[in-house]
Amino acid sequence: MSLDTPVLNRRNFLKTGAMGATGLLVGFYLPGPAEALAAATAVPEATAALNAWVHVGTDDMVTIFIDKSEMGQSILTGLAMIAAEELECDWNNVRTEFAPADKVYINPRFGVQGTGGSSGTPTSWGPLRNASASARVMLLQAAAKKWGVDPAECRAENSTILHVSSTRRLSYGSLADAAAKLPIPQNVPLKDPKQFHTIGKPTKRLDTPDKVNGSAQYGIDSRLPGMLYAVVARCPVFGGKVAGFDGAKAKAVPGVKDVIQISNGVAVIADNTWTAMQGRKALDVKWDEGPNANVSSASIGKVLADRASQPGVVARQEGNVASGMETAAKKIDAVYEVPFLAHATMEPQNCTAHVRADRCDVWAPTQAQTNAQNIAAKITGLDLKSVFVHTTFLGGGFGRRFEVDFVGEAVEISKAISAPVKVTWSREDDMQHDYYRTVSYARFTAGLNAEGWPMVWTNRIACPSIVARFGPVKDNLDSRSVEGCDSVPYDIPNILVDYQMTDVGIPVGFWRSVGNSQNGFFLESFIDEVAAAGNKDPYELRRRLLLKSPRHLAVLQAAAENAGWGKPLPAGRFRGIAVVSAYSGYVAQVIEISLNRKDRTLKVHRVVCALDCGRIVNPSSIDAQARGSIVYGLTAALHGAITIDRGRVQQNNFNDYQMLRIHETPDVEVHVIPSEEPPTGAGEFVVPPVAPALCNAIFAATGKRIRRLPVRPEDLA
Amino acid sequence: MAIQFTLNGKPQTVDVNPNMPLLWVLRDTLGMTGTKFGCGLALCGACTVHIDGDTTRSCVTPISSVSGKKITTIEGLSPDRSHPVQRAWIEIDVPQCGYCQSGQIMSASALLAKKAQPSDSDIDDAMKGNICRCGTYQRIRDAIHRAAQLHTASSDGERNDWRETAEFEPASETIVAGGAA
Repeated sequence: MSLDTPVLNRRNFLKTGAMGATGLLVGFYLPGPAEALAAATAVPEATAALNAWVHVGTDDMVTIFIDKSEMGQSILTGLAMIAAEELECDWNNVRTEFAPADKVYINPRFGVQGTGGSSGTPTSWGPLRNASASARVMLLQAAAKKWGVDPAECRAENSTILHVSSTRRLSYGSLADAAAKLPIPQNVPLKDPKQFHTIGKPTKRLDTPDKVNGSAQYGIDSRLPGMLYAVVARCPVFGGKVAGFDGAKAKAVPGVKDVIQISNGVAVIADNTWTAMQGRKALDVKWDEGPNANVSSASIGKVLADRASQPGVVARQEGNVASGMETAAKKIDAVYEVPFLAHATMEPQNCTAHVRADRCDVWAPTQAQTNAQNIAAKITGLDLKSVFVHTTFLGGGFGRRFEVDFVGEAVEISKAISAPVKVTWSREDDMQHDYYRTVSYARFTAGLNAEGWPMVWTNRIACPSIVARFGPVKDNLDSRSVEGCDSVPYDIPNILVDYQMTDVGIPVGFWRSVGNSQNGFFLESFIDEVAAAGNKDPYELRRRLLLKSPRHLAVLQAAAENAGWGKPLPAGRFRGIAVVSAYSGYVAQVIEISLNRKDRTLKVHRVVCALDCGRIVNPSSIDAQARGSIVYGLTAALHGAITIDRGRVQQNNFNDYQMLRIHETPDVEVHVIPSEEPPTGAGEFVVPPVAPALCNAIFAATGKRIRRLPVRPEDLA
Repeated sequence: MAIQFTLNGKPQTVDVNPNMPLLWVLRDTLGMTGTKFGCGLALCGACTVHIDGDTTRSCVTPISSVSGKKITTIEGLSPDRSHPVQRAWIEIDVPQCGYCQSGQIMSASALLAKKAQPSDSDIDDAMKGNICRCGTYQRIRDAIHRAAQLHTASSDGERNDWRETAEFEPASETIVAGGAA
């Protein structure tokens, strides 16, 4: 396939994908002929969606169109498993393709086609099962018709339809054309989960073979004939802009083709990435640093502390905290803080775009296909249907790739130079121009009765709002800023949680587990303080206060029991515990550490993690996500801080924004609580308990409460 | 300036700025995108290749310095994913996003070529220069031990067939975004 041939229009999308690759031009699309997809937006939602997900080829190959982004979470394999289960097809005959940007794929949770918020599996579970079951029934009906028998005498198994009494068998491929001519069956019964042979079975990822020989294509690997390479100089101060530039010295670098201004800064275009970077070094840009030129981490901290001293909008209120506090036998209070964090995806941001008069193609490692399509349409002035978003593999996402800033840059540059172009961000660009996990400031008070049980809980959060970027926030109450804290699960009669929405001039965005990432730390640290203040064991206190929350309780007990909570530890070892619910999943962790107080260093020995995320599609993926989330959480707790000085990010690269490495990684045990609840996403909810379980372990060792992340050497003295 | 070296067992000549890092020659000049850009400062290991059998961060290796040397990239580790490290990586299902895995595999294969039965501490030393943001470290460790077993099981014990760079076509000759050329 040549990219110069404009074949990737909506009508031909399937032909250039599954069918083009296998050389087949026939097959069937639910609900019918290929043209249905061409008119997908005119087809009623339910059937259009079916249309876009499953294809059975005459060669027996089943293609599952993956409308979600594969950023490591194994959604590609999980969705294929769900489809294969209901379709009763041979796992070896399953292949996947990334779907284009299209309204039919809009994620009901966000109103855009996108992957995030742990919504991938839960939003696909129902529609994909329905689509696949319908396909199975159509194949079965086609076989019965061919044999002239009652469909009830037939059954589907292993990519064939079997006529039970005569043992005649027809392959799916041989039935595909005939099945395509049948009407779509409505309300097809789904399989009884007891009959599942694929869902729930540890299954190897379909994308692993391409990820061990360098052939998997990430956005940054996109190459087009005649493509140029660009890097962009962006104002180091957030909110600043170009005041003027002189591109002469940059253009003098051999291989630099052009230097142009775009909305995000000044682009240097060259015949390879490295030359573009050399050109950028030689570039003279004068910046108008704008209103944030004097912002610093210290000034931000003051603003948040000030705002947190004033009442906010109420996120949750139960009982009467004032009267409860009056009768309290003991009162405690504390202030917690967390810094900005960068996403630091291993693949730096990048995008390849080819803008022509009548169409625009974008190759992007994106989590938000229709947002990418929208920004490209806006920049080019083309209709949405003339903008084609090709989703590649993502070298990590974590929420960073829900943004489309990098897409806009590539499209602007390609349009300006009338050539295909790849924009690549350096690691420094990536770290200094992120949409960060927000800073946040939390105040807590608690009132305990004479027996040491908490009767009153107040919690105020002051932080910027992510959703305020996209429009006004109703009543200034951003639920993502208080998530987790507003749903504090403990059985306490008087609760008040309020919020002070506070803009600090630094862009904030969705970062793996979003508000839960900091609120889990706040909440699960302060409940540990409550336990200590009331002379209670931190596990026992949680257990008693969670008796009405069975799913919390189950993971808490499983983690404690498997960790041997209450049993003596080897000398010098200490443990901490935390339990969190996020994205409808439940997770508890016990973290075991030792300290070298002289060197002020810490070793994390063991993490026992118990989780419940509903029905498990692929246990191997859950295990991988849990372990990965623990590494992600430890990275943030032990190393993570983006700091600001003169409106600029002070960190540059992995030397001053460090990642956990293999020798720092503890032994992790993952215990899964079996569940028949609907599946939840598993990519995020294991992150939040890591920091509090770790810091609670440090408290057990030192008696010092850590109320500010990351953990600093002085915290370990 | 024309620079000659051996790339995945075949002679290769490039005519580029001698200061250009090997990483960008591989990726942009030669279209071999299996070797990844992660940091540009030898901090993350995503760009790891073998030069004369030793792990090298290609992002800080000027192309002029590889003149006459033997370079192996992920595309050259085996023609068919048959290198014990690749087999173990598939068996243990190591990658998540996969972006760092070319570098991880190159570091692991170099370790095993030097030490057929590495200890956990050998693995820490050899692999701590390779960041995995997805946190696949535990499976990486398991897979390296597994690769050591696979190698022992298949080796005749008389020669070290960890050597790579067999003569074959790299997997990714002309990769075009969105599909095969």
